[in-house]
Amino acid sequence: MTKLLRFLKNYKKELILGPFFKLLEAIFELIVPLLMAKIIDNGIASGDSAYVWKMSGVIVLLGICGLTFALTCQFLAAKCAYGFGTELRAALYKHINSLSYTGIDSIGTASLVNRLTNDSMTVQNGVNMFIRLAVRAPFLVIGAAVMAVTIDLRLSVVLFIAAPLISGIIFFIMRRTVPMYKKTQQKLDRASMLTRENLEGTRVIRAFSRQQEEIDEFGEAVDEIAKCSIAVGKISAILNPAAFMIMNLGIVAILWFGGGRINTGSLTQGELTAFTNYMTQILLALVLLANLIVVFTKAFASANRISEIFALAPESSGTAENGSASENIIEFRNVSFTYEGAGDSSVSGLSFTLRRGETLGIIGGTGSGKSTVASLIPAFYRPTEGEVLIAGVNVNEWDVKALRRRIGIVPQKAVLFSGTLRDNMKWRDRNASDEEIISALKTAQAWEFAEKLPDGLDTFISQGGKNLSGGQKQRIAIARALVGKPDMLILDDSTSALDYATDLKLRKALREEMSGTSVIMISQRTTSLRDADKIIVMEDGVPAGIGTNDELLESCEVYREIYKSQMNEKEGGSNA
Amino acid sequence: MLKTLKRVFSYARPYIAYFVLTVVFAAAGISLSLSVPVFIGEAVDCCTGKGAVDFDRLLRIVCILAGAVAASGLFQWVMSLCTNRLAFLTVRDLRADAFAKLERVPLSYIDRRTKGELTSRVINDIEIVSDGLLQGFTQFFSGVITIIGTLIFMMTINVKIAIAVVLLTPLSFIAASRITKASHDSYVKQSKLRGDMVGLAEEMAGNQKIVKAFVYDKCAEERFAQINSEYGKIGAKATFFSSMTNPTTRFVNGLIYAAVGLMGALGAIGHSPFIGAMSVGKLSSFLAYSNQYTKPFNEISGVFAELQNAVASARRVFDLLDEEEVSDDSAMEKLGNCSGELTFEHVCFSYDPKVKLIQDLNLNVRAGQRIAIVGPTGCGKSTIINLLLRFYDINSGRITVSGRDISSVTRDSLRSSFGMVLQETWVFTGTVAENIAYGVPGASREQVIEAAKAVHAHGFIKRLPQGYDTVISEDCGLSQGQKQLICIARIMLMDPPMLILDEATSSIDIRTEHRIQRAFIKLMKNKTSFIIAHRLSTIKSSDIILVMKQGNIIEQGSHSELMAKGGFYAELYNSQFAS
Repeated sequence: MTKLLRFLKNYKKELILGPFFKLLEAIFELIVPLLMAKIIDNGIASGDSAYVWKMSGVIVLLGICGLTFALTCQFLAAKCAYGFGTELRAALYKHINSLSYTGIDSIGTASLVNRLTNDSMTVQNGVNMFIRLAVRAPFLVIGAAVMAVTIDLRLSVVLFIAAPLISGIIFFIMRRTVPMYKKTQQKLDRASMLTRENLEGTRVIRAFSRQQEEIDEFGEAVDEIAKCSIAVGKISAILNPAAFMIMNLGIVAILWFGGGRINTGSLTQGELTAFTNYMTQILLALVLLANLIVVFTKAFASANRISEIFALAPESSGTAENGSASENIIEFRNVSFTYEGAGDSSVSGLSFTLRRGETLGIIGGTGSGKSTVASLIPAFYRPTEGEVLIAGVNVNEWDVKALRRRIGIVPQKAVLFSGTLRDNMKWRDRNASDEEIISALKTAQAWEFAEKLPDGLDTFISQGGKNLSGGQKQRIAIARALVGKPDMLILDDSTSALDYATDLKLRKALREEMSGTSVIMISQRTTSLRDADKIIVMEDGVPAGIGTNDELLESCEVYREIYKSQMNEKEGGSNA
Repeated sequence: MLKTLKRVFSYARPYIAYFVLTVVFAAAGISLSLSVPVFIGEAVDCCTGKGAVDFDRLLRIVCILAGAVAASGLFQWVMSLCTNRLAFLTVRDLRADAFAKLERVPLSYIDRRTKGELTSRVINDIEIVSDGLLQGFTQFFSGVITIIGTLIFMMTINVKIAIAVVLLTPLSFIAASRITKASHDSYVKQSKLRGDMVGLAEEMAGNQKIVKAFVYDKCAEERFAQINSEYGKIGAKATFFSSMTNPTTRFVNGLIYAAVGLMGALGAIGHSPFIGAMSVGKLSSFLAYSNQYTKPFNEISGVFAELQNAVASARRVFDLLDEEEVSDDSAMEKLGNCSGELTFEHVCFSYDPKVKLIQDLNLNVRAGQRIAIVGPTGCGKSTIINLLLRFYDINSGRITVSGRDISSVTRDSLRSSFGMVLQETWVFTGTVAENIAYGVPGASREQVIEAAKAVHAHGFIKRLPQGYDTVISEDCGLSQGQKQLICIARIMLMDPPMLILDEATSSIDIRTEHRIQRAFIKLMKNKTSFIIAHRLSTIKSSDIILVMKQGNIIEQGSHSELMAKGGFYAELYNSQFAS
């Protein structure tokens, strides 16, 4: 938590002056009832109109000063809060970018986004409210109490009974309702989930004619929301009337006992009026304070979530910017890897070498560790045992950015970003020319449709590439990784949405156009890997065989099984 | 706007009792609370000075005051309870209706919109209606009562000072509306920038692994920093503007307070016949009124802003509720025993009248035949499913099942004669057993297990933490293939005479894929089946192959017929299956 305070460093002036001005305003506000008491006691009692005029003028003057101070404070508060928020977000985003994959996994990307946006804004709002109210609300409570005491100590006993009573009720109600509000929110989330699920499955639901059952289930869900909301409403509805009653019954007590005090001459009429005024002020300030506590609790929770990110160490990186002259582009030496927090290793005892320009295939079932092997190459994860060498240099010694610039990666799920097609194609190389981009698109078999897009390379792609089909997205994602001819290209089961013909053309083009590039291809289809120089067959994290297609057919039972099952589908493989 | 409001309140009609109670108790509670300053004033007047306190009268007033305070508090509490019920029950009904509507609109309506947008209407928009309209209404109503009541009380004490207060009130209004206007622009800009920033954060941090893989971090940081600092600047401005309202209205309040004090005091002194006589007690109740008088004005103007929001949301909800529904077919006959014979006669169909799609499609399917639909990705193979199950209705021609036009029987009976397994599997949050028994809700556990065994799903289900009682959902860690097996088991249990199957293309490991294949074969036995096919073995063993391209059926026939023809199919076959 305290880690976030450093972002307030540049706003010390605002942090001190803001509350100070607010304090001045609050003091003025407290003086006003006192002045009114003077008007009543001195002005009216002695029939002095000039005095009344004068004091009224002072009240207006105090109002003007109060307004000026308050506006100054609001201005400083907004400036400080947003300045703080902006610096916090910038630093937070920088830090997020420095995290390793393990770090990203530990928080989860959805949560990263949430903390970067919602949480940072909640903290920002907390700072704003802190400057505006943290001093004012308690001061008004204490100030009003002090003023009351100076007027009449004995009468203020009423105040000291009423104020804790109201605080107690506020506290009690908040403690009871906060968990109930949470529960209501969960019920609402459930209704939201049901709606979403229902929309996703409309076809199935209608095919099974289960509309009525779905309606009934949702009906129950919303009924529960209503029940929960009404239950929490019952408790929170007590707050205002109860506070109102306590405050006014306090006033009743003040009037009664005050009457006695006036009768003995230890209190004036004007002072009695002022006293009731302070009573009201204390109540209002207490309610404000309760709201403030809610805001701060939320801000603290958000601040803690943000601090969790800052607490994660940035990714370690070596300094090597270039590889050695080794003819092996990739070498695994008895590599094992276990995900953080996982019991079993995802890859174990893997050794192989790949020469420059060669193609490596990785095949195996889901969860067999194929993608994990590939993610060890760009040092997304570091081997827990053994060594991974890229161009003869241990990945731990590589400068990670330099290493990754040499690798083109096509993830399993083709993710595109909002922006033009050209913007998307420039992810690997910010300075890529149109010719390079088009050539990459051609190799990826994407140019045939990209060329026909209404605005060519300037065609706008919406977030997540929603305006493109799955196959189109996948081909653009492949092309994106080819720009700038990387030394290595990792295709993580990235041709699943392509039909066989396009897949074939793509592989052929890769061989011809990207001859200097070593390709690491993960696939479920033996046909896609048949021409690879080396194929690793993964089963449950262990290499079940390494070799060429022909070698593996000879020696590897698992590979043979996969091959046969797929060839059977082709009825002997026709003219394979 | 009035029409929308009326309609929202028509939903509240069943709870009109709560509505009436709310109004009654609000009126009673507020007027009682407004009488409090009067009694306080009278009590103060009982205590004019040393030895001059009228204790009898003071006691009477204090007792009445205590009674009024207690009653008012009680009424306000009951009012809140009634408002709560009114609001939450109305919202419940509105939500249930909106959801039920989603089950009755044509699929084209749902297909045209994103799931997020529709979900937001059922959940968020209705929430806003509840906050803005129903709870806003009570706020509005009590605000109005407070203002009117205060005015009346002030008038009874002193007409002239009351008029002075009324004349000063617009100041508060003018100030507030000036500020709102001034801040509106920066507010709009701020919310746009916030949207942009969240959007960018979602794209970049949401795909953090890709950003890292492409070493795009510097670029992303620059883009983020730019939006972030702009947001910071505009945000500070917008926040400052909007935070001006409170101090400004406080200031206007102070002015009114001073004016009342001045006039009241002058009146009490008695030198100003214009103002009339005042007592100190009356002055103090006047001061109390002037303090609470402006507050409801601010609240009401806040309510108006929220109201506009709520009306916009209510409109979106009613737009959904007014959507045309699929025609009522409850009076039609049921399909009954289905032989599995099926024909398309001169069928024409397109989603968009401007883009022609299926034209004059003729197809004769005998019971038990297997029809493969093939074509490149995105050629519109799912259109056939949409037509067969009447998710969409054809433009002309007719489709018959067992010799009967499918538009002459109920949709439910037609659909229940088909079993459908789509590539985008759909499991809902519930146990495995519930998911499998989806089509036959009364199925026994034995039947469920039997179906699962038949499609080779029993093995992995058994290994789940709670077996058949394990709760699963769309993103519960089950693999795509496992989910598909559950969907196949669902159909197995139903045992319909006709099938529609979509073969998976990707992301399923080889062994599971094998199992699914075997499950399909078992399922298809003796059934008329339509298969969106990707495997050569499936295609070649089909009786009829429909070859689709760009939404159109361009060729049909058996494998050997189509190969002999040497058309698109032959070309496709040669390119795909001969490497």
